[in-house]
Amino acid sequence: MSTEIIGVIAMYLITVLLAIPLGRYIGKTYMGEPTWADRIFNPIDKLFYRLSGIRPEREMNWKQHLVALLTINLVWFLFSMLVLMNMSWLPLNPDGNPSMSADLAFNTTVSFVSNTNLQHYSGESGVSYLGQLVLMLFQFISAGAGMAACAVVFNAMRERTTEKLGNFYNYFVRSCTRVLLPLSIIVAVILVFNGTPMTFKGKDQFISMQGDTVHVSRGPAAAMVAIKQLGTNGGGFFGANSAQPMENPNYLTNMVEDISIVIIPMAMVFSLGYILKRKKLAWVVFGVMTVGFLLFVIPSIYYEMKGNPAIRGMGIAQHMGNMEGKEVRFGSAASAYWAVTTTVTSNGSVNAMHDSLTPLTGMFTMMGMMINSFYGGVGVGFLNFYIFIIIAVFISGLMVGRTPELLGKKIEAKEMKIATIIALLHSFLILSGTALASYLFAHDPKGYAAWLGNPGYHGFSEMLYEYSSASANNGSEFSGLSANTPFWNITDGLVMLLSRFLPIVGPLAIAGILAKKKYIPESAGTLKTDTSTFGIMTFAVIIIVAALSFFPSLALGPIAEFFSMPRP
Amino acid sequence: MRQHILPALKLTAVCIVFFCGVYTLLIWVIAQAAPAHGLGETVSVNGKVVGYALEGQSFTQDKYFWGRPSAAGYNAAGSAGSNKGPSNPDYLKDVQSRIDSFLVHNPGVKKEEIPSELVTYSGSGLDPDLSPAGARVQVRRIAAVRGLKEEKINDLVDRLTEGPLVGLFGPSKVNVEKLNIALDNLH
Repeated sequence: MSTEIIGVIAMYLITVLLAIPLGRYIGKTYMGEPTWADRIFNPIDKLFYRLSGIRPEREMNWKQHLVALLTINLVWFLFSMLVLMNMSWLPLNPDGNPSMSADLAFNTTVSFVSNTNLQHYSGESGVSYLGQLVLMLFQFISAGAGMAACAVVFNAMRERTTEKLGNFYNYFVRSCTRVLLPLSIIVAVILVFNGTPMTFKGKDQFISMQGDTVHVSRGPAAAMVAIKQLGTNGGGFFGANSAQPMENPNYLTNMVEDISIVIIPMAMVFSLGYILKRKKLAWVVFGVMTVGFLLFVIPSIYYEMKGNPAIRGMGIAQHMGNMEGKEVRFGSAASAYWAVTTTVTSNGSVNAMHDSLTPLTGMFTMMGMMINSFYGGVGVGFLNFYIFIIIAVFISGLMVGRTPELLGKKIEAKEMKIATIIALLHSFLILSGTALASYLFAHDPKGYAAWLGNPGYHGFSEMLYEYSSASANNGSEFSGLSANTPFWNITDGLVMLLSRFLPIVGPLAIAGILAKKKYIPESAGTLKTDTSTFGIMTFAVIIIVAALSFFPSLALGPIAEFFSMPRP
Repeated sequence: MRQHILPALKLTAVCIVFFCGVYTLLIWVIAQAAPAHGLGETVSVNGKVVGYALEGQSFTQDKYFWGRPSAAGYNAAGSAGSNKGPSNPDYLKDVQSRIDSFLVHNPGVKKEEIPSELVTYSGSGLDPDLSPAGARVQVRRIAAVRGLKEEKINDLVDRLTEGPLVGLFGPSKVNVEKLNIALDNLH
């Protein structure tokens, strides 16, 4: 077997093996059970609470959780706008980079506050080091906020009747300090010892062997790269993200960074099993996610390793596969694997340029974002999956003529309405955004010619990908699209805002309403959720609700491009 | 909402100090113990810095191994890929013309010997490596220009080829800049 394939299999297995104990640890952390980390973090957390005037033991109901979450996000939004629009004269700007325009600052702010990290600027020239550090702050706290929301839902799913669902700030601070911080330190240390820069000095300059003068961007990259991978953020320090050799120096760092993408989303599933004391349910959820993931990743690796059929026609060797937009040190297999891991989770960092993927790999990356819950983003990935579970419970309940119940709580019209709205919101935002952009382009192809970096079906894919990425809070792009224009900055920004907060509000509301309901103990008439039958049912719901609604648009983009190219 | 504004403001301030400040400083301090002190490792020839170890640079002269085509012109302060789609007709024309120009510069090389990485843009525009095949296909040209035996250069490629990680994971590669420095030292 080729070493490229062995490499990706190893990456996957290591991720699973690490995610299981991490999930247990995260579960204990949210339940307030003792862990090894208490000795270090109890004093730190206490300091956080004391300085902020927070009483972590004060329990909140779901509405109070929501208000706390939205209020702190509003503070972050204003703070980020302020910094990004004034970086040029603020400190830590050795390269003299400019401040952002209002529309770009809006896009970037929403992008980082919403854990998306879509970047319409280039790291080397578009932000100062202060800007980078502030964006890095959001990579911690936006991930922490998503995990906190997920912890509330986990808490609400337990077998009891209550309105009290823990304290939002407590979940948030614990997610940041006890989960994200220690992992980030480990990853950042591995990176600096493999050559990733961590300095506050500005650009360097040297004369190359052929006599060219070369400027080299540097900066405090290692600290940011670690959390951008772990928090399903994806916003890179350098323009080319983790394809840039300083951001991702070798195959070892590539493995570490790629494992970092999936490990927390995967661990959250196992922490669900720990918190609910239902390991089997966690394995069913994990199984459904894994089947979906493998269905995307295997063909993607196959097509990338096989190469571009149009280039094969030119008669050259493609032993490394489709190398356009890829780096030799990673190869096609690890690049395809990364492309899928970064899109099924809402990470969005890249180690190869997605615009240059072969058509079907491009489609699988888009489908990863359209479904957005095969592992999914830290915290929010499970929230999306939760919506699918609710729908699956309801449908299967109707099919066998039983009252739909999830873990002892009746699912009724109100919960179903919320779930349906949230499930449809994602396709609505992606498809209406793409439709609007396509309409503008089709009616004035000359006026908007500068938008698309590629003609034909692929150009359409660029627009579809952009909104999929924005709505999935992913942040990767088909970067041939010139998206730093007011139209894209503003529409992307609005899509990111809605698709970040409504899919948090919905599951929180459902979980909160369910938690208040009377607990009905399991009986012979109960529909069991921790069986493979229910797993298959959930998978079917995901395929019908998420995948099929996108089929027509995928047929116009990547599928049409695939069939227009020479047969492999 | 009012009761949440003050905690939100204060908590944000604490997070700024802790994550932008303490965490960043901690990693910076640790970086001081790393090989290049977190500055990025440089490569020197005769005491003069000629490049950064991790980042590729432009080689266009026939006496050197060429690296991968770069959409960023090997600008280490502006990494970027081409973002060309696989079916883009203009892009495919570019690839064809790079194949043709490679054949002109490398007489005796057959088309099917050219590996695709030599005619396609890298992801970052700074890819420092080639596959061993990508280096070997250039040996004949370099040997002719430099008046060296082909075996000698082939040996060099073999010597500088780095295998998969721990012999198991990922592709083999060879660093173009190291190759070219070694070439200059052959004389």
